[in-house]
Amino acid sequence: MSEVAPKKTPLYDEHVRLGAKIVAFAGWLMPVQYNSIIEEHQTVRNNVGIFDISHMGQLIAEGAGASEFLNTMLTNNIDKLDIGTGQYTFLLNERGGIIDDLIVYRIGAEKFLLVVNAAGTEEDFAWLQKHKVGHASGLPRNRASETLALLNRSAEFGGVAIQGPRIGELFHALLGKDVEIPLRNHIADFSFDGTAVSVARTGYTGEDGIEVFFRATDAVKFWNAALEKGKPFGTKPCGLGARDTLRLEMCYPLNGSDLSPERNPIEAGLGFFVDLNKSNFMGRDALLKTKENGLREKLVSFRMKEKGPPPRPHYAVFQNGELIGQVTSGTISPSLNWGIGMAYVSSAHAKIGADIDIEIRGQKFPATIEKKPLYKK
Amino acid sequence: MTNVPDDLLYTETHEWIKHEGENIRVGITDHAQSELTDVVYVELPKMDRQANAKEAIAVVESVKAATDIYAPVKGIVVEVNKALEADPGLINREPYGQGWIFVLKIDNADDLKQLKDAEAYRKQIVV
Repeated sequence: MSEVAPKKTPLYDEHVRLGAKIVAFAGWLMPVQYNSIIEEHQTVRNNVGIFDISHMGQLIAEGAGASEFLNTMLTNNIDKLDIGTGQYTFLLNERGGIIDDLIVYRIGAEKFLLVVNAAGTEEDFAWLQKHKVGHASGLPRNRASETLALLNRSAEFGGVAIQGPRIGELFHALLGKDVEIPLRNHIADFSFDGTAVSVARTGYTGEDGIEVFFRATDAVKFWNAALEKGKPFGTKPCGLGARDTLRLEMCYPLNGSDLSPERNPIEAGLGFFVDLNKSNFMGRDALLKTKENGLREKLVSFRMKEKGPPPRPHYAVFQNGELIGQVTSGTISPSLNWGIGMAYVSSAHAKIGADIDIEIRGQKFPATIEKKPLYKK
Repeated sequence: MTNVPDDLLYTETHEWIKHEGENIRVGITDHAQSELTDVVYVELPKMDRQANAKEAIAVVESVKAATDIYAPVKGIVVEVNKALEADPGLINREPYGQGWIFVLKIDNADDLKQLKDAEAYRKQIVV
């Protein structure tokens, strides 16, 4: 780990004032909870919760050739994006391993916003920059290198995720009765108290919701307005703890736990976000080879059969006494009040409905491989 | 502020100890439950087991982490709090009350002299 002091988001003082328990996460001081992870989780499932996501990276790619360049660097097909829409996608290395998972929005004809994981921001930017400038890796040279600008605007911008079934009410209370909330995966600019904010209809919780991006200098104003205007709808600030349990119930992967440079999107069960029909993109050859040779392991979702201790990352997974894999994420699901998790297991054993055992402190606890998501309303 | 009752004894590892005749009742402190966040599972010690001082005999698991709970002194487990199996959140809500974890019949009451009083524990947690 680096020795650099952890960074503070523009909302750090607000978190402290609200009594948050602060932890270091991906080089940032972030609220893990304000009062209770379980309560905050339920706030998002039942009402609406607000998360600081200012630690996430915001990269801009702009200029002639931007779409062409990003299509060679990202797995999903940028050409499917109209202006004002976004898609989930991956940034891969040459071996098809996952550097990061992200959402890319087309915010102009040749202008894109990439919202990336906090821990990946610098590396993602450097990776894109390297391939834009050098094209040393054997990618076909394209016009992008001369005209395309890459910008890491993370330090100047912040963001919040506002998530939960009452998002519609809060959206209108915050941004006006006469404006329309963007459609799913759409992004649009709105004026808020004299400044512009970008609102995307997306999230990481499985609930309806939005992510809002604004200048760092507007963060406190927006955060406090959302909490104040959200009072009638039960809005509460929510920390990273709830963010993790919410995403895990939906089986959304977390980079660094379920995804890594040693794993590819096909193994992770996320091939839907990889367009192998594109003629070329970083990692494509490796993925084709993987498909041809068959997958060694697959990411599966599981549910414990009995009430018991929570499964956790690195616990061993067995089937009929044979070691078949390892847990990458696990918790007691607050919605189900039951142990759930995700694990990489050898492909031969990765069948929906299969019985497995999770080893916890030397004892085996039965579980079943299940379809995702693990939680449905 | 976290609550540190004057009439209890404490360990470095955040257990509280209530002396009850030849037994001690043990739980985790208000400070510890607050640091752990929501408790979702408690692995209780086996009844009648022998425990040495500072031996891990129970596990408290929160949403975020699993934490060992240690026998503060040498003794035998004579009672465990079965209520925690159905409602582990008792540890968060009533750390010094219904959230107790086990009772030890202790070997030697003199062993308790090595534990911290409330004042010493307060000093430990206010760093």
